[in-house]
Amino acid sequence: MSALEVVQAAVGYGLVVLGVSLVAVAALGLIRFPDAFSRLSAVTKAATLGVCLTLLGVLVLDPSASNAVKVLLAVALQFITSPVGGFALGRAAYRSGSPLAPGSLYDELGGRHTGPPDGRSGNRPPRR
Amino acid sequence: MIVVDIALVVLALALLPALWRIAVGPTDADRALSADHVFFVFLAVAGLLALRLEDSVFLDVVLVATLVGFLATITLARLVDRGRS
Repeated sequence: MSALEVVQAAVGYGLVVLGVSLVAVAALGLIRFPDAFSRLSAVTKAATLGVCLTLLGVLVLDPSASNAVKVLLAVALQFITSPVGGFALGRAAYRSGSPLAPGSLYDELGGRHTGPPDGRSGNRPPRR
Repeated sequence: MIVVDIALVVLALALLPALWRIAVGPTDADRALSADHVFFVFLAVAGLLALRLEDSVFLDVVLVATLVGFLATITLARLVDRGRS
C-alpha cells in the first residue's frame, strides 16, 4: 500500500464517518428537540451536510471521472435545493399553526401569517 | 470495508427516529420533515452501497433521488400548508 493510498483511505473513510455521524446527530435531534422548527433545523442542516460529506467520501475512495461528475453534481444540487425545501417546510409549519416550544423567547410574526390569503384564519390561537 | 458496514448499520438505526416521529407527530409538519430525513438517509445509504457493492450505478440513483427528494419536500410542504382543517 503506497503512501498515497493510505492518505486516500484515511481521508475517504474520515469523510464517510463524519458524514454518517452528522446524519445520526440529525436523527437524535429529531427525537430530542422540543418543537417542529428546531427539529427542522436539525434535519435540514445536519443531515444535508452529512449526506454531502458521505458522498464526497465515496468519491475520494472510488475516484473516477464519471463518479466525480455524478457526485459533484449531486452535492451541488443538494446544497441548492435543501435550503429551499427547508424554508418551504418551515413556512408551511408556521402557517399551519405548529406550536412553538414553551421556552421560545421570540415570535416575530406574532401569529399573523397563519391564514390563507382568502381571509379564513389559521388554527393558531391568538396571542394574549 | 468494515467501516462502510458499520456506517450502513448506523444509517439504518438513524431511520428509526424518523419512523417514531412520523407515528407520534404531533403535527403534520413533523411528519413531513421526518419524510425529508428519510430521504437524506436514503441518499447516504445509496452512496455507501455504491462503495460496498462496487457498482457506480448507485451514484446515478443518488443524483435522481436528490431531485425527487426536493420535489417531494416541496409537495409535502404545500400539503401541510393547505391540509389544515
